[in-house]
Amino acid sequence: MSLIDLANPSRFLRFAGRAMPWLAALTAILMLAGLYQVLMAPDDYQMGAVVKIMFIHVPNAWLAMFVWGVMSIAALGTLVWRHPLADVAAKAAAPIGAAFTFLALITGSLWGRPMWGTYWEWDARLTSVLILFLMYLGIMTLWRAVDDPSRAARAAAILTLVGAINLPIIKFSVDWWNTLHQPASVIRIGGPTIHASLLLPLLTMAVAFSLLFLTLHLAAMRNEILRRRVRTLQLMQAATA
Amino acid sequence: MTPLAAVIRRDLLVALRVGGGALIGVLFFLSVVVLIPSAIGPDLPLLKRIGPAILWLGAMLASLLTLDRLFTADHDDGTLDLIVMSRTPLELTCLAKALAHWIASSIPLIVATPVLALMLNLDAAATLGVILTLVAGTPALTLTGMIGAALSVTLRRGGLLLPVLVLPLSIPTLIFGVVASNAAASGQPLFGAPLSILVALSLFALVVGPLAAAASLRQGLD
Repeated sequence: MSLIDLANPSRFLRFAGRAMPWLAALTAILMLAGLYQVLMAPDDYQMGAVVKIMFIHVPNAWLAMFVWGVMSIAALGTLVWRHPLADVAAKAAAPIGAAFTFLALITGSLWGRPMWGTYWEWDARLTSVLILFLMYLGIMTLWRAVDDPSRAARAAAILTLVGAINLPIIKFSVDWWNTLHQPASVIRIGGPTIHASLLLPLLTMAVAFSLLFLTLHLAAMRNEILRRRVRTLQLMQAATA
Repeated sequence: MTPLAAVIRRDLLVALRVGGGALIGVLFFLSVVVLIPSAIGPDLPLLKRIGPAILWLGAMLASLLTLDRLFTADHDDGTLDLIVMSRTPLELTCLAKALAHWIASSIPLIVATPVLALMLNLDAAATLGVILTLVAGTPALTLTGMIGAALSVTLRRGGLLLPVLVLPLSIPTLIFGVVASNAAASGQPLFGAPLSILVALSLFALVVGPLAAAASLRQGLD
């Protein structure tokens, strides 16, 4: 089965139904393995045990941006090919992305209190992630404001692509503006500056959270397709009655 | 007269005549600037310090208030359908409409700024800084706002949605506008960098705004 075949919603539903238990199991295993590694990881010489927040905070922050990237690709699918499955993918991703962004903000705030002495600081990285969160909420509001799903999809797609301009600003904000938030330490030119004993659990957690997103996204997309079918059936029933 | 010049002329006339509402923005700007000293008390040194921020906030909210005017009336009477169907590229028409809107709604705000700056105890250098940054930054506000106006015009409850969609996109303009004005007010040599970023934001919006607005009008109206 090629990727093109998945563009058919019925085939997609069958594929999602079969893949979901495996994905969910793999997510659970990797999450447990990652948490065990985190437990065994040494404390940071400066931050002590507080460094453990990083293993939740960083994957969430990565995914906050990654999900907007997924939505942007889906937006291209909506605008260029007018594909209904791309609409579904974009709509299902928005609340999940908002949740990851919210968790990144909350964990960052909890991490900031012992480290920086404040829950919130108006620096470039924090402000741009907060804007990302507001834009997720705006997209969700836009989806809810229009009754016709395909029209809502096209409006949301344009806003998603305009909002994608924010992603590089978030990624490079810590390098462009010298602020409180530390600069990039994993994905940077010249290799990671983080020690292997901390990097390995971090990468495991990142993969586990990505799989979590994939599982949740597939489940949300399946729900959305079923919801639309129910709606169509109800409309047909109303038309014949 | 070319179609684009005709669009600009018509939009300006509509904005300036009765029911056009070009001056509502200025009135709103004045009200916001009066509200803030009423809330925080007549503390002149404090007002001098936060004056540029108050002026920028007021100008941004006032330009948000009038954004609705860009497409709604044209959509109601069917003009917008004719504009979309016409042979002139929709992107250029959007740009022309944005220009007319900027002249009718943002220039009055900039003209009103010196008077309001006087009320906020700003000195000449700070006033000049705010005016310069508003000239550089309000095009970005209008052009990114146009995307939201185009998205919301075809939706039934679009008016309520507009600020939610537009405000996050305007935050960078607000930040650099206030940073540049504050630098001008305190006489720092750092005025150039944020002003350049502000101009860059406006130029960027000049490209993205008409494209995205035209796309959403085409998607929304068919």
